[in-house]
Amino acid sequence: MNGVHDMGGMQDMGPVQREENEPVFHERWEGRVYGLVNLMFAWRKWNLDATRYEQEIIPPAEYLRMSYYEKWLASLTGLLVKSGLVTRAEIESGAPAAGSPKATPPVTAESVPAMIARGNPVSRDVPAAARFKAGQHVRARNINPTGHTRLPRYARGKLGTVERDHGVFVFPDTNAHFQGEKPQHLYSVRFAARELWGEQAAPRDAVYVNLWDDHLEPA
Amino acid sequence: MKTSRRDFIANAGAAAAAMHDLAHAQEPDHEHEHSLVPSDPALRVKSLESLLVEKGLVDPAALDALIDTYEHKIGPRNGAQVVARAWVDPAFKKRLLANGTATIGELGFGGRGGDYLVVVENTPKVHNLIVCTLCSCYPWAVLGLPPVWYKSAAYRSRAVIDPRGVLREFGLDLPQDVEIRVHDSTAELRYLVLPERPAGSEKLSEDELAALVTRDAMIGVANVPLPPGVRP
Repeated sequence: MNGVHDMGGMQDMGPVQREENEPVFHERWEGRVYGLVNLMFAWRKWNLDATRYEQEIIPPAEYLRMSYYEKWLASLTGLLVKSGLVTRAEIESGAPAAGSPKATPPVTAESVPAMIARGNPVSRDVPAAARFKAGQHVRARNINPTGHTRLPRYARGKLGTVERDHGVFVFPDTNAHFQGEKPQHLYSVRFAARELWGEQAAPRDAVYVNLWDDHLEPA
Repeated sequence: MKTSRRDFIANAGAAAAAMHDLAHAQEPDHEHEHSLVPSDPALRVKSLESLLVEKGLVDPAALDALIDTYEHKIGPRNGAQVVARAWVDPAFKKRLLANGTATIGELGFGGRGGDYLVVVENTPKVHNLIVCTLCSCYPWAVLGLPPVWYKSAAYRSRAVIDPRGVLREFGLDLPQDVEIRVHDSTAELRYLVLPERPAGSEKLSEDELAALVTRDAMIGVANVPLPPGVRP
């Protein structure tokens, strides 16, 4: 989706504002949201790509206004309802519906370190022929899907060089919509800064983007 | 879908406003000690947390443990150990650049937010910079959770089109003959910059070197400062 989340190359967003000795969380609720998102993920009712898409469909003006953890909260709330884990009425009331069964949480305090260590592997040990190889010239496809994609707008239609084949990974563009993992090769593709931005870019600079087979065509 | 989502956000806002009135009536001052403006997300999160705990979907002790882990245990000191080891151990550095995930795993780091770690090396001729233009992907396993600026529209938008301008704002003015490589984290690969070892650090121990390494240097927006007492 050509949404406001796809920010690479936009201008006039102001200076990068740094904060000295920044805390991990600025307010208590931010840590709670972070924790809830991670613990609810353990129910395996959705995937990381779906959590990203759920943020991308926040209306653009809201997206720009909201803080990072407000977006996480919106994404979590949306997925909780869509997955059926909670109802909209329960979110609004803040209490379980009368007579609803009580579940057993999949993660306890003792199993938090194991959950973190396990991570979320998205490489797949399945045979999939690589369409491209390191050193090959490629063009990022000119696609404008209305759903989730990890091919940023600024790279579409641009010429690049495959720098490295990372192996077979879940394809986010389908996985985000629960349309299958469609495992395929993932690459680092090098784009010269001048190919992306023209003469204003420094001649030697480059941007490396991770792209999948379905994002690329031979050049 | 978008219309219903807007309605949903509006409804959630109304519910939060009602909650706020309730909280205000029942707990006169507690929520208002730090700010005169009621913090809307704080109330919504409080309500959501209690719902998820009530439904048995979340264990509150697990929530506390997870938050504590990222506030106190997983942070840029992890990455600094990786960098210092690479500076003193050439064989480790070689493995690190060839296979970041397995080699960083030797130090016990990895997993969530670091399933696939790629280490990119700064040299006198190449400078690497990490960004995530589409969201805010960041190598949690070695750097902890990202600072606000890394997640900001300003950084996400400009790092790819104007890396030199961004670096100048961070105090790093790189000559034209240094090649800047910006890595946009569009997959689950997470990048860690191996910064250049600063001059004058030859006699420092691995622990002393690790203490010099900053988070910003491992994102690529800064170089590692010279050791105390060393002049350029």
